[in-house]
Amino acid sequence: MIVKLGQIAHARSGDKGNLVNIGVIAYQAEAYAVLLREVTAARVKAHFADRIEGDVERFELPNLGALNFVCRDALMGGGTLSLLSDAQGKLFGGGVLSLRIELQESEIKFLQHASYPTVTRII
Amino acid sequence: MIRIGCGQGFWGDSFEAPVRLVEDGPLDYLVLDYLAEVTMSILQKQKKENPAFGYARDFPALVERVAGKGVKVIANAGGVNPLACAAEIRRRCPSLRVAVVLGDDILGRVRDFALRNLDTGELLETVIEQVLSANIYTGAFGIVEALKAKPDVVVTGRCADAALVLAPMVFEFGWSETDWDLLAAGIVAGHIVECGAQCTGGNCLEDWETIPNLSRVGYPIVEAEADGTCVITKHVGSGGKVTLGSVKEQLVYEVGDPGTYYTPDVVADFRSVHLRMDGSDRVRVTGAKGRLRPEMLKASISYHWGWKAAGTLVYGGPGADEKCRRASAIVEERCRDLGLLFERTATEVFGDTQSAMLRMAVRARDKSPVERWTREMIPLVLNGPPGATGYGEGRPKVHEVVAYWPALLPREALELRVEVIE
Repeated sequence: MIVKLGQIAHARSGDKGNLVNIGVIAYQAEAYAVLLREVTAARVKAHFADRIEGDVERFELPNLGALNFVCRDALMGGGTLSLLSDAQGKLFGGGVLSLRIELQESEIKFLQHASYPTVTRII
Repeated sequence: MIRIGCGQGFWGDSFEAPVRLVEDGPLDYLVLDYLAEVTMSILQKQKKENPAFGYARDFPALVERVAGKGVKVIANAGGVNPLACAAEIRRRCPSLRVAVVLGDDILGRVRDFALRNLDTGELLETVIEQVLSANIYTGAFGIVEALKAKPDVVVTGRCADAALVLAPMVFEFGWSETDWDLLAAGIVAGHIVECGAQCTGGNCLEDWETIPNLSRVGYPIVEAEADGTCVITKHVGSGGKVTLGSVKEQLVYEVGDPGTYYTPDVVADFRSVHLRMDGSDRVRVTGAKGRLRPEMLKASISYHWGWKAAGTLVYGGPGADEKCRRASAIVEERCRDLGLLFERTATEVFGDTQSAMLRMAVRARDKSPVERWTREMIPLVLNGPPGATGYGEGRPKVHEVVAYWPALLPREALELRVEVIE
């Protein structure tokens, strides 16, 4: 089943200079394995192809059921230099939640109810 | 156990939040973070215009509101002029003891070091004439020295945010400069609360529709224990929420490699941290691991880069988004005709066919092309695609770009000292 990442995880993003970091957190601890399998650095980079000019590196936090993505050259210079309305990369967190991921039959239990404000729960 | 509340995540955060932290329940320390990367340069400019300025000028007024309630206040509100900040606090509240941590400001010594840009490797020499401010990020131990003087208020300059929270723990529990795991525990707690309400339900994506009473959101409190464990909570009855999700979102916020979180006092490993619920709106934090502090300290240097401007127009439908794209193409052609050269430009369109907002921005080392550009957008209202509005702010404003130059320098460069004013 194809779903959106926001149906099993939440996220927050922020900046450091010209770099954006996106923390992605599984709602249920057991869903961390799905994040590990489905949410790769390459897929995050492709998801933000028009925004991230540099590479994307993934770090694992199994203790929090979370992944951290460090995206380089993502803010047109960053800080005061940036010309973007989202100069601090605040919207990458919400943005990554529309990434499409695949769930196995046994993983449907990870789908969250009130977690993702889209008209389509399951796509 | 000591209770440390964080009443401010950045300069400009809610003015009532720190007052509520002090008035609405028990608290031992109130910490406030005032300084973002670019703030130091703004303060340096203010100090240049008036030698009595250069600090967060709303901080003394806040101290006046929370003073005399038995809560020690620690803030990096001193900016580039901590002594002037302390003097103003004393003028308003003559009975208060104020301790000032000094030594982070290296603007006068910036030529003494071969400072390379941490991101690009470039030497600071290339922009040395444009440097506006230069400060070393200081850690917790300057504040610990200050606390020994039993002050009511501690004022610092460019102190690392999380160190504001670590310092009272080190002071109260007698932790040493090599208790790496304990120092890391304090940093983890500090990192969780340093952005104020961002760990208590603010800017929280976890089930955000259901977060209660954000208009009276409770700012975070660390209930810290001598063994390094702590509980993150907020005052009973305040709005927002403290959940595993709200704390996790903040733990990963603005983090690079979570196994190597550099601070002046310790390198913390966020992968060792464990969280569990400990009652309603209470998250217990355990397991933090740390290791040897870095040999080099980070300096925050700002310099004049150039100029930029950004403008917006709103288009109505039908075809609103297409009108935005046509309008931006017209501006770009006019700029080409005028021979305006920019280092970079950006065009963004938000919305759909019914209504859409066009945002254009340019930057250049020279001011003149940017200034000229600001005259090219608003005329579109009469001479561009039909149905433009939202130009009430008038012509876009030209802003100076003060850019940030992160660099490392040896720990010995820091000449920390404490002055007590009473």
